[in-house]
Amino acid sequence: MGRYVVRRLGQLVIVVLGATMVLFACLFVLPGDPVGQIAGSDKARDPAVIEQLHKQYGLDKPLVVQYGTYVGKLVTGDLGTDYTQSRPVTEILGPKLENTAKLAVAAIVIDIVIGISVGVLAAMRRYSIWDVSATFITTLAIGVPSIVLGMIMQRVFVIELDWFPLIAGDSFEGIILPAFTLAIIDAALVAQLARSTMLEVLRADYVKTAVAKGLPRRTVLTRHIMRNSVIPVVTYLGISFGTLLGGAIITETIFNWNGIGLALIQAIQQNNNPIIVGVVTISVAVFVVLNLVVDLLYAALDPRIRLA
Amino acid sequence: MTELVSGTGEPTAAGPVPAAPGAEPSVARVSQWTDIRHRFFANKLAVVGLVIIFLLVLVALFAPLLAPHDPLKQDLTQTLQSPGSAHWLGTDALGRDQLSRLIYGSRIAVIVGLASILVAVVIGVALGALAGYYGRWVDTVIMRVADVFFAFPLLIGAIVIILLMGRGVLPVVLSLAIFSWATFARLLRSQVLSVREMDYVHAAKALGAGQGRIIRKHILPNSLTSVLVYATSNVGIAIVAEASLSYLGVGVDPEVAEWGNMISAGRNFMGVKDFMWTYPSLAIVITALGFILLGNGLRDALDPKMR
Repeated sequence: MGRYVVRRLGQLVIVVLGATMVLFACLFVLPGDPVGQIAGSDKARDPAVIEQLHKQYGLDKPLVVQYGTYVGKLVTGDLGTDYTQSRPVTEILGPKLENTAKLAVAAIVIDIVIGISVGVLAAMRRYSIWDVSATFITTLAIGVPSIVLGMIMQRVFVIELDWFPLIAGDSFEGIILPAFTLAIIDAALVAQLARSTMLEVLRADYVKTAVAKGLPRRTVLTRHIMRNSVIPVVTYLGISFGTLLGGAIITETIFNWNGIGLALIQAIQQNNNPIIVGVVTISVAVFVVLNLVVDLLYAALDPRIRLA
Repeated sequence: MTELVSGTGEPTAAGPVPAAPGAEPSVARVSQWTDIRHRFFANKLAVVGLVIIFLLVLVALFAPLLAPHDPLKQDLTQTLQSPGSAHWLGTDALGRDQLSRLIYGSRIAVIVGLASILVAVVIGVALGALAGYYGRWVDTVIMRVADVFFAFPLLIGAIVIILLMGRGVLPVVLSLAIFSWATFARLLRSQVLSVREMDYVHAAKALGAGQGRIIRKHILPNSLTSVLVYATSNVGIAIVAEASLSYLGVGVDPEVAEWGNMISAGRNFMGVKDFMWTYPSLAIVITALGFILLGNGLRDALDPKMR
């Protein structure tokens, strides 16, 4: 177990390094000089100022050196300085990451509550009207992408009913619509997953045994059925949480939720490379760490799994 | 000689061939593919999915014949017209016919969806097969590289590539392919690992078949059904991702007739001119559902156990 964790951490470092290298190679050969943006409009550009700024941001050095500097700083948690405000990237993105995390947690809570209860109900009353409509609605929900769902939510609850602010920012009432927009597709997938694993577990011999030896229905449900059907759901939710934490770009943009996804889109419009690289690095790192946590959790929930 | 183990590789389910040539046709053997076809067409939802995709492709192919107007032609005297007899689905802020843009938008959806997944499948299948078959350092290198690409959320990874290449159809196709192949590589690798130990592969080896032949004739055909299922659902995902990129302003050029662009343009007129974004939204939802239904149908037909 200990050795497994160490090996996975080693792989994780390689993956993050590889990802930053891909990213760095891409973004720093981008057309357009970011410094030009800081130095002012084309006419006003003073070659001396440009040179000074290049030096200040280390852009005069070879790419390899720039990458080395970048990774060196990355290890100490420094993501560089942004171009438009000249503030540390971590300082700018910190509060935005917090907002994205709030949104991700809210969405996952909705996923768990709606997804698992619908899935379990559908499995317990298989082929009933509840089961059939659950299957129908979840299939439909999976087919509605965030751009469409977000637009509909905004049209109905912001424009028509005026229940929520147009600019969500990071307000409490602002989180509700984006959280539901993010959650609905996943909740539908969780419901389908929960239903199918439940059905599988219900047929298992150990459940028949538990019923045959006269255990109360509640005990069979909580101790035998739930415990065994929760594993794939936890795996799915973990990976989904990683993706959500990595920035829900579409949803944050539609509702103007002040998270790292919105920050990424704004940085693209401003050619603000350090912020772009920062957001991508954060989302990759969060994703791989979450994946590792899920695998470890998986082993903790299912004693049959031995990590090696 | 290798005929003994060629074909689908399944131990032929039909058993002995009827002895007399004139035997009853009712006991004639049902091939695996006929069986799959029957299972597929017995599934109503799968057929609905197939019909949707078929219509989508038809609309994309015959867009110039179907579209009443040029999708790019601006008419500044006819801006923001509500749906009516002249323009069935109205016009946008530049007076362009919305129906024609919607019809031409299906082309971008079909091209990007199919092309990006095709590229991803080719790369993923080739690398996954190599990793699974040769194992050892080949496996380690390929799968670690796959891990790197796998660590990027699809949209974020795609945005990075598009920032590098600029906007347009080709960058969108490539960026989606670059961040989709890793899943196919993983899938194929695990398939190969299980197929590699099957008796018919050992038999082929014993009969002296070369490695290339074993990979091409035995391992690939038997691993491909799950790739096909997965690819079908992923075309839908790629189409949605493409529309999302355009919606965010990092997809195809903004003037191109494309669904994400149309929704994005309609966002500024929400509550006033809702027809601008509702129709392209509907197109995306129907297309996405079509691929989901088709993918589920294929999965159930190809492997009833996967249900």
